[in-house]
Amino acid sequence: MTASAPPAAPSATAGVSSVVLRSGVYADSVRLMQVSRDVAARDGVTAVLVAMATPLNLELAANMGLAPDGEISPEQLLIGVRAEDDAALAAALAAVDAALAERERSTGTATAVPQRTIGAGLDELGPDTPALAIVSVPGQFAVAEAADAIAAGRSVLVFSDGVPVEHEVALKRAAHDAGVLVMGPDCGTAIVSGVALGFANVVRPGPVGLVAASGTGAQQVSCLLDMAGVGVSHVLGVGGRDLKEEVGGLATLDALAALDADPATERVLVVSKPPAPSVAEAVQAAAHELSVPVRFGVLSPETPDLTAAVEALLGDMGIDVPTWPSRPGPADPAVPGAALKGLFAGGTLADEAMLLASPVLGDIRSNIPLRPELDLGTDLSAPGHVVVDFGDDALTVGRAHPMIDPTLRLEAIDALARSGEPAVLLLDVVLGHGADPDPAGALVPALTAARATTSLPVVIALVGTEADPQGWSRQADALAAAGAHVFASNAAATRYALDLLGAVA
Amino acid sequence: MTLGGLLSGPPSIVAAGVGVFSDALRAQGTDVHDVDWRPPGFGDPADLAALALDPRRNSANRVAVERILAAGSQLVDVRPAREVIGLQDRTLLHSGPPLTWETASGPMRGALIGACLFEGWADDVEDAERILAAGEITLDPCHHHRTVGPMAGVTSPSMWMWCLSDPVHGGQAFCNLNEGLGKVLRMGAFNAEVQTRLAWMRDVLGPILSEAVRGSIDAGNDPLDVKAVLAQMLQMGDEGHNRNRAGSLMTLRELSPAIVATKAASSDIAAVLKFIGGNEHFFLNLGMPTAKLAMDAARGVPGSSMVTVMSRNGTEFGIQTAGTGDRWFTGPANTPVGLFLGDYGPEDANPDIGDSAIMETYGVGGFSMAAAPAIVRFVGGTVPDALATTERMYQVTLAENPAMAIPIMGFRGSPTGIDVLKVARTGWLPQINTGMAGRIAGTGQVGAGLVQPPQECFEQALAALAEEARIP
Repeated sequence: MTASAPPAAPSATAGVSSVVLRSGVYADSVRLMQVSRDVAARDGVTAVLVAMATPLNLELAANMGLAPDGEISPEQLLIGVRAEDDAALAAALAAVDAALAERERSTGTATAVPQRTIGAGLDELGPDTPALAIVSVPGQFAVAEAADAIAAGRSVLVFSDGVPVEHEVALKRAAHDAGVLVMGPDCGTAIVSGVALGFANVVRPGPVGLVAASGTGAQQVSCLLDMAGVGVSHVLGVGGRDLKEEVGGLATLDALAALDADPATERVLVVSKPPAPSVAEAVQAAAHELSVPVRFGVLSPETPDLTAAVEALLGDMGIDVPTWPSRPGPADPAVPGAALKGLFAGGTLADEAMLLASPVLGDIRSNIPLRPELDLGTDLSAPGHVVVDFGDDALTVGRAHPMIDPTLRLEAIDALARSGEPAVLLLDVVLGHGADPDPAGALVPALTAARATTSLPVVIALVGTEADPQGWSRQADALAAAGAHVFASNAAATRYALDLLGAVA
Repeated sequence: MTLGGLLSGPPSIVAAGVGVFSDALRAQGTDVHDVDWRPPGFGDPADLAALALDPRRNSANRVAVERILAAGSQLVDVRPAREVIGLQDRTLLHSGPPLTWETASGPMRGALIGACLFEGWADDVEDAERILAAGEITLDPCHHHRTVGPMAGVTSPSMWMWCLSDPVHGGQAFCNLNEGLGKVLRMGAFNAEVQTRLAWMRDVLGPILSEAVRGSIDAGNDPLDVKAVLAQMLQMGDEGHNRNRAGSLMTLRELSPAIVATKAASSDIAAVLKFIGGNEHFFLNLGMPTAKLAMDAARGVPGSSMVTVMSRNGTEFGIQTAGTGDRWFTGPANTPVGLFLGDYGPEDANPDIGDSAIMETYGVGGFSMAAAPAIVRFVGGTVPDALATTERMYQVTLAENPAMAIPIMGFRGSPTGIDVLKVARTGWLPQINTGMAGRIAGTGQVGAGLVQPPQECFEQALAALAEEARIP
């Protein structure tokens, strides 16, 4: 398709005009008449003829002062436009191109062929529709689907785990170049413009944007903010590895920039498990350059407490820190010298508990240990202080996440009670979209049975909001009735467990 | 706009994978589109990932497709193969990837025999078989000479060739003249009827077409815009591969004045017009080099996973890609499924043969099946089947060709530029409409139908492209 003739000489009619012949383009007359009519209706356009260069149409063109020069054949497409000024003319010519290139998006046929790929699915949406791709296919195939979204100029949430880190880096680099965001891989929590994706709570809209390399961390923070009357604009998950050395915070940096430009976001909180120090430093330096204030709720031995990060943010905003909701359980006597048994569904909550408890209790063995030598291996019923993350990939192979399927954790509670080892049981229960519709329904019988067997104090961090489908108070009341001490803050729950152990934090 | 406008309002969701996400989103009133994702039809997951992440791929494919869409096609001459592609004596071109006499199928052998007789290199069939078996005749694929040939595609030095030129990229492509249907050389027939027709085409049809085409251009007329004819065919019920009725009539209309204006005897002119008018596939041999011009323009784009050639020699199916140059990826040709002429049945059909799958490579033919509702019953389907076929092909291609609009699809452009990666991911192999030649040399056409490439071709191409992608 080449422009085969230069613009015609200015005609006697006022304004500016362009007359071009194109070869190799054929469109039926009805379509071309539609294009002519639509472009002629634009402001500043005074005459339009888009038609095949047949003798009849050339006569029409001559009458309109839009006759082409040079060699003409009827197979050519004549595009003649006159407008009041150069800007209107350029816009009209662009509109002609767009109209000729436009395609029908609905064929109205009875044979719907399903889209097989994210690329084909996105292709069906209009280009101006804000859209997000969600990929939860097996990890080894997630890359191609995510790459489709990036190529289409769309952000993508990758729920899949098992994506090699070098693929993650390549995707995030490509996304950065394309001006979009890769959330994940292994990203289970996000809220975008009020739409909850994956495991997310029903929280009020508001001015705080979250960037989260930790799903349950983001849930804890957004729920506490909600309880303090503060809403979130967006929760952008970036995947648990984003702040590791290999990935270098690629998505965190892009998410921060996006929230900086978002008019709905007035403050930003970055939530993460322990990051690589060099990456944390680089991200903090980048955050310093933004106009939006950024606070970090990044777990580390020095800053072990997400609740404290929320409280500091509330302080920044001049908002009083509320008394975080709790339900006192029965007056369990302290059991000095007993073991802490933390059985968690959320990895970040488990991390937070270990970071808070270790300075007091000493070493805690875990399947996600603070130091490699504390690795629990496969012996979940090991004696002594133990924290287990049931959401760890190794424990979710072939089964749903413990926030949906409580079986393994219920078995561990039963085994603990039977072992007779003096202990304080620390649990998290996470509410919200995607989670068990009634976690207390499964836990209450297990806790009742355990406490009938042995004197086992139970402390629960209940992460959720009143607006969640499960309802924070309903779940808290049910759990408390079964003898548990329930806290909205995981840090508060952990400290209470330490108190019961007779340890002084 | 930041993140493509993601944060500006509740986004529409396109989801691939487990359904629980989508259910929860629907419960929130979100606009959710679930993709019917399946594990890839073939390919090593590491190869698929390497290709998906190849930073060159999107821009390379864009370049390749833009060249296809931009390519034009003008009929500039009609000349003997000896002159225009320098075809030497004792050399024959054939369709598909390279082959030998030993591996040639019945119809290919029949066509090669017929061409040796036609050129006078052999006195009889036995003699022709002997020199072919002895390797005295050089065999070479049409595609190695900017040439395409339907069915056996056998082209000998004395055959007249349509000479087409791409005014945009300056490319040239060639194709012999269509003989009509039934007992014809390209279907493997070589009897006296075939020889008589080939001689008439050499002595009467070729010279008259040559004089007409050159004469018209010499008189100051524009060359025939073959691409424009192809575009109009799709609006008139043709798909450009198995149905060329409207295109052949338009070609007759365009060429007739110049044919009549030649100095040939009026009886010869009448015979030529009658021959063209009686051959519903006359245009095919113009459509194929038009597609070839476009696909050749897209050759040699490193990083592109787009198919530039699909072609069959009756034994093997071969493909080439823009990112891997002249390398063939081959597998055993499938046998088409379809309807048969007269008493012929499936057992009479030869495996897939011909360069004409260049039409599908270009995005018409089977890819634009929806444009030709008249043909779908003939090739064993319903109109909804035809629409579904084209819908599927949109998902294995890179672009829509606005010049080749399909009316019933809401004037969407034809699905153009087959992407090896998309073929692997969807598991949908390209759909080809084709004629069927008899298995036994000398039989001729036995039917027409539908066929797909063997998956092996695409498996090999995927592995080779992934290897290229890994080279830093």
